[in-house]
Amino acid sequence: MKLTGAEIIMECLLRENVDVLFGYPGGAILPTYDAMTKYPQIHHVLVRHEQGAAHMADGYARATGKVGVAIATSGPGATNLVTGIATALMDSSPIVCITGQVGRAAIGSDAFQETDVTGVTLPVTKHNYLVMDVEELAYTIREAFHIARTGRPGPVLIDIPKDVQIASTEFMYPDGEIILPGYQPPLEANADDVDAATKLINQAKRPVILAGHGIIMSSAMQELRELSERANIPVALTLLGKGGFPESHPLSLGMMGMHGSAACNWAIQESDLLIALGMRFDDRVTGNLDTYAINAKKIHVDIDPSELNKNVKVDIGIAGDLKTVIRQLLPQIQPSNHSEWIGRIRNWQEDANQRDIIHAETNSTLLAAQVINDLWKYTDGNAITVTDVGQHQMLEAQYYPHERPQTMITSGGLGTMGFGLPAAMGAKIGVPDQEVWAIVGDGGFQMTLFELATAVQENIDINIAIINNGFLGMVRQWQEFFYEERYHATPMHNPDFCKLAEAYSIPSMRVTNREQVEESVKFARSIKGPTLIDYVVEKHDIVYPMVPAGADLHNMILRPTTQTDEE
Amino acid sequence: MSEQESTKHTIMALVENKPGVLNRVASLFRRRNFNVDSLTVGRTHRPGVSRMTIVVDSQRADVRKIANNLYKLVNVIDVKILSDKPHVSRDLALIKVRTNNADSRNAVTTICERYPARIVDIGTEVAILEITAQEDVVEEMINQLQPIGIVEMIRTGIVAMGRGVRIHDTEYESPLSAIGSHKNGYHV
Ligand SMILES: Cc1ncc(C[n+]2csc(CCOP(=O)(O)OP(=O)(O)O)c2C)c(N)n1
Ligand SMILES: [Mg+2]
Repeated sequence: MKLTGAEIIMECLLRENVDVLFGYPGGAILPTYDAMTKYPQIHHVLVRHEQGAAHMADGYARATGKVGVAIATSGPGATNLVTGIATALMDSSPIVCITGQVGRAAIGSDAFQETDVTGVTLPVTKHNYLVMDVEELAYTIREAFHIARTGRPGPVLIDIPKDVQIASTEFMYPDGEIILPGYQPPLEANADDVDAATKLINQAKRPVILAGHGIIMSSAMQELRELSERANIPVALTLLGKGGFPESHPLSLGMMGMHGSAACNWAIQESDLLIALGMRFDDRVTGNLDTYAINAKKIHVDIDPSELNKNVKVDIGIAGDLKTVIRQLLPQIQPSNHSEWIGRIRNWQEDANQRDIIHAETNSTLLAAQVINDLWKYTDGNAITVTDVGQHQMLEAQYYPHERPQTMITSGGLGTMGFGLPAAMGAKIGVPDQEVWAIVGDGGFQMTLFELATAVQENIDINIAIINNGFLGMVRQWQEFFYEERYHATPMHNPDFCKLAEAYSIPSMRVTNREQVEESVKFARSIKGPTLIDYVVEKHDIVYPMVPAGADLHNMILRPTTQTDEE
Repeated sequence: MSEQESTKHTIMALVENKPGVLNRVASLFRRRNFNVDSLTVGRTHRPGVSRMTIVVDSQRADVRKIANNLYKLVNVIDVKILSDKPHVSRDLALIKVRTNNADSRNAVTTICERYPARIVDIGTEVAILEITAQEDVVEEMINQLQPIGIVEMIRTGIVAMGRGVRIHDTEYESPLSAIGSHKNGYHV
């Protein structure tokens, strides 16, 4: 069967079970857009900016575990994808980006809308390709999907010159083995490492499991739970690990790190064994490395060997797939109750409870933490929440406990403002039967709010909760703590978000006191299609606890317990 | 040697011979802030496979990081830290020296005899010498030539190979023999 390059792209996408493309057309990708008309099985979502396409593909991937696909034209279309690609790389999210390129003969001539896209995206992709021959197209696409989804997943970009999309060739889908001699993701641990690791675990008196995104990526929730329960080992989660271990579980310590729970951070610092599973000791979770868990031995399991001993020197580093490796460890794990250790942790948790803002008098102002905790309550803790970046993101992590994997979607590694709305849309398209809430700041929302039009055009049933504090809140918090309250360039004069919603024909509601939160959730749920709720919250709020950047993990700024405490 | 001490380490990387691979390796070193002393690439006896020798001036722990990051590149087939074990390393230099009088011509000839070097071109004004040796030997000869007057010089950077039967190639025989059975589309 003779097909054009553009048709081959579509055929290959079908073979990869792609059901949706997020994209934006333009000259260099037009042949492929034209071929789409022959493939109605693959739905195309017209975004309003290519950054949105990349974030939607990312949100789709994180909610489904499948590869998300974004498509754009050459030059500005492709460069607009870059923030989304970098976001996906930092959070190991499997997306494939297809970009049009100028015709082969024009490459290198500074032709109209020519950008060296493989060059630009080299450091922010797991791998990328420029396909110079239509004969190589099918195999390349197959390889790209394989690389995106296997090992440590990540973004892969395929740049395809316009004339390669037009050229035609005999099409045969290359369904043989994928041969990549330089790409063999590690799978299992060797027996010596299993012995050594289980020995450390069995000897430990104060063990803590650090569970990251890898648990979810590897579908190792059950294995993690068995490991934790068998030896009564408490589990601390990274931001992206949320959902990998049920937070209602008695052994859950909640989130670790800069805005993690104090009890969790103290447990890590006092621990004598850290079992790090699919996390990468980011500076936001370790604080000062010189004082990080200095009395703890460390076991680190990650599928990416370059993560081992990167930030923290470990005693046992195992490169492998978590599900497989934990299964290898389990038979040798001896039951234990660690009751003294867990008792100590309970005391720390008590203290945190007393300081909790949820129990505080609030003089009728609406607090972001309360909004988020109420959202949790009224959605039965069962929604998929997609956050933006800032205070509301950390508050989500603290006040919206998650029980299931793939229900908390956030830009952790890159901290990309503008991620929330489009990623929530991608997630909803991926799992249409689930309730999806975009929880976004007033700042970040305005970075990609134009995707509201896409949400309307596609009738994407998401609920948008704007946590509107009139500030770039997280930056304001740093200014309050570290820059003597010089609030420069953080107050915002915002539009009327409800009127804005109205312009897009999106039903909306403004909430200014706590009594209205329940009603707002009911309202949002009652509407099939996008809804926007403007939660007008306290402007000068602070996310506690906080480990100042680079400080010791145990030296947190805690929320004052009483008014007198504050002085 | 302590872990923190910076010294020279020699790494070998077997890479798929595709356009852009050098760019990926160079980009990695820049991005991860690793310092490269020298980098050479050349073909091997196996079609489609090139070999890089990379010399870095780094702490031991960083060398492991470099090796792991290199290995992470899809087009990199294997990475070994050669300087961990006995190995042979060679640097080649072409050195143009001033030989416009009898004294300098004699001096150059004498120096060449003492080193694994030879004169590959000579005229009334200048001569070109070629030396292939271990890096420190090359350096030594350059120092000797300095007073005579070096007018131009190029060194290739180090190529290296482990001694004995540690063979970095054969284990990849089977996947590699399959390369070429499909036309590959990476021209990055
Ligand atoms: C694209 C981008 N630019 C800048 C930042 C730096 N930054 C981090 S949090 C933040 C403030 C976010 O404000 P808002 O969206 O209102 O959320 P809030 O903190 O108020 O909840 C900023 C500017 C960022 N993370 N991303
Ligand atoms: Mg804000």
